[in-house]
Amino acid sequence: MSTRTIQGQKNLQNINQASKDGIGGSPLRPDGTLKVKGEFAYSSDMWHEDMLWGMALRSPHPRANILSVDISEALKLPGVYAVLTHQDIPGSKFYGLEIQDQPALAIDKVRYHGEAIALVAADHPETARRAVKKIKVEYEVLTPIVTEEQCLDPETHGYVHEPHEFKSHGYGNICHEQKLVSGLGVTDEVRALADVVISGDYEVGMQDQAFLGPESGLAVPAEDGGIDLYIATQWLHVDRQQMAPVLGLPEEKVRLTLAGVGGAFGGREDISMQIHACLLAQHTGKPVKIVYARDESFYGHVHRHPAKMHYEHGVTRDGKLVFADCRIVLDGGAYASASPAVVGNAASLGHGPYVIPNVKMHAIALYSNNPSCGAMRGFGAVQAAFGYESQMDKLAEALGMDPVEFRQLNAMAEGDHMPTGQQIDSPAPVAELLQRVKDMPLPPPLDLDNLDIRAVPGALSNTSHGEGIVRGVGYSVGIKNVGFSEGFDDYSTARVRLEVIGGEPVAMVHTAMAEVGQGGVTVHAQIARTELGVEQVTIHPANTEVGSAGSTSASRQTYMTGGAVKLAAEAVKQALITKGRRRYGWTQNDIDLVAGKVVSESAGVLVSMVDLLGDEAIDLTREHHHRPTVPFDKETGQGFGHVQYTFCANRAVVDVDVELGLVKVVELTAVQDVGKALNPLSVVGQIQGGCTQALGLAVMEEIIVKDGKVRNASFTDYLIPTILDTPPIPVEILELPDPNAPYGLRGVGEAPTVSATPSIVAAIRQATGIALTRIPVRPEHLTGTL
Amino acid sequence: MRITFTANGKPVEADDVWEGESLLYVLRERVGLPGSKNACEQGECGSCTVYLDGTPVCSCLVAAGQVQDREVRTVEGLAEENGELGLVQQAFIDAGAVQCGFCTPGLLVQTDALLDRDDQPSDNDIREALSGNLCRCTGYEKIMDAVRLASARKCAGKGVSE
Repeated sequence: MSTRTIQGQKNLQNINQASKDGIGGSPLRPDGTLKVKGEFAYSSDMWHEDMLWGMALRSPHPRANILSVDISEALKLPGVYAVLTHQDIPGSKFYGLEIQDQPALAIDKVRYHGEAIALVAADHPETARRAVKKIKVEYEVLTPIVTEEQCLDPETHGYVHEPHEFKSHGYGNICHEQKLVSGLGVTDEVRALADVVISGDYEVGMQDQAFLGPESGLAVPAEDGGIDLYIATQWLHVDRQQMAPVLGLPEEKVRLTLAGVGGAFGGREDISMQIHACLLAQHTGKPVKIVYARDESFYGHVHRHPAKMHYEHGVTRDGKLVFADCRIVLDGGAYASASPAVVGNAASLGHGPYVIPNVKMHAIALYSNNPSCGAMRGFGAVQAAFGYESQMDKLAEALGMDPVEFRQLNAMAEGDHMPTGQQIDSPAPVAELLQRVKDMPLPPPLDLDNLDIRAVPGALSNTSHGEGIVRGVGYSVGIKNVGFSEGFDDYSTARVRLEVIGGEPVAMVHTAMAEVGQGGVTVHAQIARTELGVEQVTIHPANTEVGSAGSTSASRQTYMTGGAVKLAAEAVKQALITKGRRRYGWTQNDIDLVAGKVVSESAGVLVSMVDLLGDEAIDLTREHHHRPTVPFDKETGQGFGHVQYTFCANRAVVDVDVELGLVKVVELTAVQDVGKALNPLSVVGQIQGGCTQALGLAVMEEIIVKDGKVRNASFTDYLIPTILDTPPIPVEILELPDPNAPYGLRGVGEAPTVSATPSIVAAIRQATGIALTRIPVRPEHLTGTL
Repeated sequence: MRITFTANGKPVEADDVWEGESLLYVLRERVGLPGSKNACEQGECGSCTVYLDGTPVCSCLVAAGQVQDREVRTVEGLAEENGELGLVQQAFIDAGAVQCGFCTPGLLVQTDALLDRDDQPSDNDIREALSGNLCRCTGYEKIMDAVRLASARKCAGKGVSE
């Protein structure tokens, strides 16, 4: 022992240093090389000998009865292997994330434009397209139920789902609702306490996730009667849970492996082509690949809920908020998807990161014949933030106060309570975030003498050489919850294996986490390096052979599955140290794993991990559960409903061509508290990406729906920000640890998408003086031609 | 129909090609080069960008028959001959410009073409050159960093001061 100790102390200086590629470092992505070589296998790249192409027939009507479906002509087409309708489904005909209200293929009626009615499998995508066109459907077209007024008067306009059909927490055409009252609520007596009362109506358009990798996957029938699906998704296990009953299979016979995912942003939380590809594979006995074209992608996934919101705020003359009342109506479209959770977020977060003594809230999601809406980055919180931040600017203006100072005066902090009664029990640096974003240097004014038209509104369209351009600056801050809320135990599982490979200790991390681009795989390897003191870490392909990792959504994956990897790695570490104690009789309590060695702070290097492990592998699986939450009370909205809160503040600088109504965002600054940046490069990338999607919602992105019909299902007509539309995005990160979270981290991905949109609209208002109440802001809103 | 063309320096041949197929489809489904991506298939997103006789094009907008006897270079052909990553590829990894990576192949080809034309582009030059390539993950900041890094490395390699 003593010899080893002396030797160890000599070496300790070299090894005390933790791996630079552990947590807090920015090692490069493990999948980066494959991705830049074009060799990373995305779901649409899947290929199998003898595979068929699947395609769906979709409804051209938002609401209709299906009188008949004739597939005979389609079946006659050479190269067609199967044409299926709901009658061919072997198991349950319905599925859904929270409420099983959606038929896998339409049964007797269609409820939205684009609903799948029949499926074709053929030997070439063009054959499949032609076969789809040969399916004859006789419709009785009905007037779609699309406005709030129509939805709320089902006796006159009808039910999207008949009253005897799927009941959620709502009634009639209300899919879900949540009320909330805190303090004294909002009564005439409470209103009388305020010196200034400001109200406003706000509207948010329907945004699309517009991930670039289309919905796609390959279903391969297996010899055991089961099925293997290679799929781009956000949550393998919840896909399987919804698929198996429809396929008439036990869950263990439905095996999913994550294929490369080309972005997600919430749009892959629901089933798209998973069930369809598997039904065709079951029916034909052949592998079936489905790849959506972009228009089908717009029809085939849920979108961000459009919202109509009414806010009323009261303040004292010296700027303290007295009360806030709000009604939020979210259009959930034909099927429930994540609507209940969206309502819960809107209701609980809809008053923003402010201390308000008296609050009322009523949030509802409607069933309608519009496209289904569900998860998109920041859901529920994004819509509300546009409302409450618009109100904050109006209040500040009415009081003659600086908008940032007004927000700071009312900002919540650690120890304060949410309107739900939940105490904020970790840092909530709302005022500090605002101060920091305000203190960042402003970009220089437009240099009219050396104008590059590419940097002004209209850019390459050559619409202005500086004339008519006005600059504006706007601020905002937002709040988002992290993880699944309201009593949901969205645990994550991780398996970590440690063994000697090629004379080196190597850790393998196996989870079912969907890597959708966020960099979770990088972070998992970092956690394993830090906990196990190894350099070499391999990431096992994500599949359903290991337990659920929950969804890659709600800013939760590093917190939850990262936390599971930490737990599993800690267990492996303890098992290894216990093995050493048994073999060598170590008694020290300061034993750690560093740089491939078992070391003791007091006794130095004890043994190399290679020697201690020998031929043995330590292979352990752990589940990570976050602290329990409870559902919100249905009437009062009270309850410890959220796991963690996250905050971001933004400043937007815009140039507006006030004659043409064109907007150029000049700079979009973000300051966010991330608790602990496990990978700073990825964290900044998440914040910049989140800000850019917020920019899209502010000035560009909307699915135009008229009488229930989607009018712009393409990247020609649905515009997402290009590199010319996107400004520099300076980011400042705060790291104030949350004692409840692994490493103190705070979920990152959504907060900037919540907070950035209102700052851009505020900047446009400042430049133009126009009270903008609807997003996206369009040229006609700015030129008075609407 | 049968088409023959050169892909990344090698002769390739595809049989039974339907006349309506795009170059993108032939690359991805018939000749084993799925690196070029199928995000919109209508020339809006740029993720299928390849060189056709040295000019970057959206391969989804090129009919398969149009490439008969011509030269195509895809993302799979951007690495060095010894198999090492090309300068632009390495810069995208180093700068953190790759998240989901679906836009990456098209951006790499377009950036390669930009730096061929002008190895010291201004920020506005970069934005103009890449304005036909959509990215939904990064907010483009790290892509700007990657192009600046590739430019600096290219100039350093040539002994040109920045």
